[in-house]
This record gives sequence, C-alpha cells and structure tokens, in this order.
Amino acid sequence: MSVTGPAAVSFRGVARHFGPVRAVDGVDLDIAPGEFFAMLGPSGSGKTTCLRLIAGFEQPTAGTVAIFGEPVAGVPAYRRPVNTVFQDYALFPHMKVLENVCYGLTIRRMARRQRESLGREALALVKLSGMEDRRPVQLSGGQRQRVALARALVVRPKVLLLDEPLGALDLKLREDMQGELKGLHRRLGLTFVYVTHDQGEALSMADRVAVFNEGRIIQVGSPEDIYERPRTRFVADFVGGSNVIDPQVASTWIGADRAASLRPEKIAIIAEDATPPEGALSVEGTIGEVLYHGAMKRIELTTVAGRLVASVPAAASPSTGEGDRVRLVFRRDALHLLDGP
Amino acid sequence: MSAQAIDIGRPRDGWLRRFSDVLMARRGFYLLLLLVPPLLWLGVVYLGSLFALLTESFFSIDDFSGVIVREPTLKTYSELLRPANFDIIVRTASIAAVVTILAVIVAFPIAYYAARYARGRMKAAFYLAVMMPLWSSYLVKVYAWKLLLAKEGAIGWVVDRAGLSGVLDAVLALPTIGGPSLSTSYIGMVLVFLYLWLPFMVLPVQAALERVPARLIEASGDLGASAGQTFRRVILPLALPGVVAGAIFTFSLTLGDYIVPEIVGPSSLILGQVVYIQQGTAGNVPLAAAFAVVPILIMGVLLTIAKRTGAFDAL
Repeated sequence: MSVTGPAAVSFRGVARHFGPVRAVDGVDLDIAPGEFFAMLGPSGSGKTTCLRLIAGFEQPTAGTVAIFGEPVAGVPAYRRPVNTVFQDYALFPHMKVLENVCYGLTIRRMARRQRESLGREALALVKLSGMEDRRPVQLSGGQRQRVALARALVVRPKVLLLDEPLGALDLKLREDMQGELKGLHRRLGLTFVYVTHDQGEALSMADRVAVFNEGRIIQVGSPEDIYERPRTRFVADFVGGSNVIDPQVASTWIGADRAASLRPEKIAIIAEDATPPEGALSVEGTIGEVLYHGAMKRIELTTVAGRLVASVPAAASPSTGEGDRVRLVFRRDALHLLDGP
Repeated sequence: MSAQAIDIGRPRDGWLRRFSDVLMARRGFYLLLLLVPPLLWLGVVYLGSLFALLTESFFSIDDFSGVIVREPTLKTYSELLRPANFDIIVRTASIAAVVTILAVIVAFPIAYYAARYARGRMKAAFYLAVMMPLWSSYLVKVYAWKLLLAKEGAIGWVVDRAGLSGVLDAVLALPTIGGPSLSTSYIGMVLVFLYLWLPFMVLPVQAALERVPARLIEASGDLGASAGQTFRRVILPLALPGVVAGAIFTFSLTLGDYIVPEIVGPSSLILGQVVYIQQGTAGNVPLAAAFAVVPILIMGVLLTIAKRTGAFDAL
C-alpha cells in the first residue's frame, strides 16, 4: 500500500471498556484511503464496537481515533465525515423510501428539487428506481438493505461503515449483494469498513482483513495471508476451520516444536493400505461423522494426531463410511507453523 | 441412553382434551366462544345505553308540565345553541384544550426520561410515581388540592413566605382566568385537572417513545442531524400516536368531568355539571342527553382530524 497522506481511519492504543468488560482493548490500526477493510471476528470480539468508535456512537476509554488525520475525540457522530449502514437497516418507518434516502440532504437544508434528484440517483445506483414512494414496511429485506446503502451514500461519506449489512439476508441474496457491494466500492473509490462474523464474506470482498478476538486484533493482512498463513491457533480455527496440529505431533512430522495449521481441503483420503505419494506425509485414521456439503464432503477422523477434519470433493471421495480405516495424506508444505504452542 | 426402554405413555384423554379437539377442528366455534361474552357486554350494555342516550336527546320536555314528550324532535338540540348553553360548551372545550396542551408539555419530558434513560430501579420508581395517584380516591385528591389552593392554603403560604404574593395577586388579577383565590379561579381548576389526568398522558407517550428504536436515533445522528433535528424529524413523529392517545384521554376526561368544577374553580358551570343538574334537579333528561352528545361529537371530530393528519400511520 502506497502511503500518501494520512490514513482514512487510524486507531492508536484504542480501548473501550464498559465497566469491567473490555470490549476493545488496545487496538492499533491504519485503514488506507479507498481500501475495502473487513473486521472479522466472533460476536463479542470488539469489531462492532470499533466501528461504533469510528462512527462516533462510542467514545474511547483510552487512545485516539483519527479520520483522515483529524483526531475525532469528542466529535459527535453528526459532525463526522463517515456514514453507517446498520445491520437492521434502521430505516425511518414514517418516511417513504425517497424521504429516507434524502434524509441527510434534508438535514443539510438542500433545496427539494436538488435533493430529490440526488436521492433518485442514489436509488438508481442501488437498483431501486421506481420504489421512491414505498414505505420501508412494504420492502423486502434485500430492498431495505439497498435503501440503507443509498441513504448512507447520498451524503458522500469519506468512509462508509457497514455493520454486518448482509447478516439478515438469505444465502442467495447475500451472495448477490456481496458482488454488488464490491462493484460499488470499485466504482465509488470510497473507503469501506465492513464488519462481519462471516469469514467467507470477509475473504471474498475485502482488500485487507483484521481478525478480532476478545477486544484485540489478532492478525491483519490480505485475505490470502489470513487464510494461508494464520498467525495463531485462533485465526487458523476461526477462519476456515483449520485443523491445528499440536507441537509434539508437528515436531515428529516436520521437526518444529510449534503448533501448525492444516487446512481440511489440503488433506486427501486414500485406502489404508495404499502407498502415499513420494515426499507426502501420511497418518492413519478412523472415519467418524461425515457431513455432505454438496460439492464437498466434510469428514471427521480420529488419528494419532488427534481429531482431524478433511474436506474432500464429494465426487472423488471413496465410498467410505463411519468406522472405516483410511489413510490421510498431505504435502509437507500444507503444514503452516503458528505462533505460540 | 435407553430411550426405547421406557414407555412415557400418552397424555390421558379427559373431556377437556376432547373439548379442545372440537375447538381445534372448528375455528369458527372457537372464535364464537371467545367473542360472545365481550360482544354481549359491548353490544347490549355499552352500545345499548349509548343508543338510549341518543334516543333520549331527540325527545323534548313539555315546558308547562315538565313531562317528557316521546316524539322525535330537534327542539332540545336547538336549546344547546342558546347563548347561555353554547357558552358552557365553548368554555368546557377551551378548558379541556388548555389542560391537554399543558399535559403534553409537562408529560413529555417525564415520559422521555422514563423511556430513554431510566433503567432498573429508576424505572420502577417512575411507574410507581406516575401510577400511585391513580390508586387513591379521586375525591380526596380534589379536596386536597382545594386546601392547597385556598387563600390561606399551603401554596399561598409558600408564595407569601417567598415574598412573591405580589406575583400571585397579579396572576389572580388577570381577566377570565383569575379570581379571588387560586381555588376559585380557572387557573386552579386547570391545575387540578392537569394533576388528575397527567398519568393518562405520561403512560401512552412513554410507551410510544419506548418503541422508537435507539438505532433510528443513531442513524439520524449518523446522517448529520443534531439532537434537536433528530427530535423534530424522528422522535416526535414516531411518538405522535402516543401523544394523540394521551390527548384523547386528557381532553375527553376533562370534557366529561363534573366533580372538579364543583369543588375548585369559579361558579360558572361547565358541561359535566350541566348534565348532572339537568338530569337531576331540573329533571330535563332530554337536554342532559343532548349535552352528553356534545363531547361525543367533539371527540369524533378530533379523532377524524387526528387520523387525517396521519397521527395513526405509524401505529
């Protein structure tokens, strides 16, 4: 990332405590202008609180938040150049769609003609032309999501904050919206900060991902970094449900006394008596639960290295059932060493 | 686990369960059972008496014998328009309007605090404080207020001690609303009404404010609205049904009351008193009925206007 000018959003030693609860606990972060930045973590990991600190709904207990170089301590939400798309959309039920979208412009006392034309433009951008006079209750979840998006975009924020915006949508709609959001980001060149607990969403859309746990950022990197080279046991497990191999086992396999991650899809299953390919590692196992996922099968196995999960193409997998003895094979470089035991 | 080993049996079939089967199979019968008692009450007792009242108001009284003439006529209604009677209607509606406006002004901050800020114990204390006056006798409260407002009463004493008796005298010297003392002026009457009906304004407004999601207030601020703008454009429109509901209570309760004006306020009559006098001492039931129809009509008109302005759209 080329560093020209200040970061769109920067956190320095930011903490937010609610009584004894450390929702955010010492976060340092720089989000580059124009970046699609995802904050990924389980619920209660502090990602949403971080977003609310940027929006101005929360004030940090310690540390500084800056937006485009300007410290925003004590600046209320309505004076910040950022806008939020809320998880539950937060559309005003007493206003029509167009009034909702134009709300920020009405507040800025823009003339009716001008604001309505901008509002219509924003609605066209999210493919909702023709819905201007509907009420929010008359819209589907996906449409409400688009209205919320248009309402935030129409006031030209410098940073768009998205709080699990697709959480309430069904799978198909979610996938469509992912593509559209990505397209919007490309066209508008805005900084997007996207909070999600769905690793698939974070990996597929973001330029960079920050993985949160217990109020801290565990790892920041490109989706590939996060997925291929998790730094800790938590990241390996939370992103992609990787197998974590204990140090004792890892040391006998590759001579390193550290825990290692092994992605389920990098494991192949062959017959117990078949010989593994040259240079590959292998371990014997007993098949446990088998879950059918359409293209893939998720197979739980009990091995000397502990309980492992393998994800194998459903079509290619041998007809195996619970209790069968098999052999797991994987390449040496499929093992990725983690920090810490 | 030996799930198959234990037979947990089935629930035993009693006549109540069989009755449930009938109800489940015949939804119409079920609804009938559910609705017949309240409909009987509403239809016969409630609407029936209202209908009797309406009928009575179209009868008239024989001026000489004082006997009710049971023939439909609009003569009684035309009596309502006589200046003395019409004044009473206007006076009563004005008092009710003032009480309602004051109730909104006083109740809104209380309700807002309770809905948005009070938690736990404070919330319990709020409900207790608002509801408690409703649990005590209406008459006792009114007489207590009469004592408070009397010339030698507690309020007069405090004002005197504070050296503000000049201010009180100036207020009481105001035309129309003033009087010899607070307890015999419209100011006093309005204060008592305001006190009596305040819970009926606070509770619906609080309920309406409670239903405004905090997320909407954040969203408004996020889009650039200051607290004042958010209040005017988001909170108030969404709380309006509550305000209207409260206003219906305070306005109609004031319109129909006849005890407060008997005890507090000037000697000129208001509507409830006239109904009381006409059907009692004067024995003119048709005129009493016609007077009783007035608040119904006024409320009907007000509700229609409220509906037109979209006060109920957010319900």
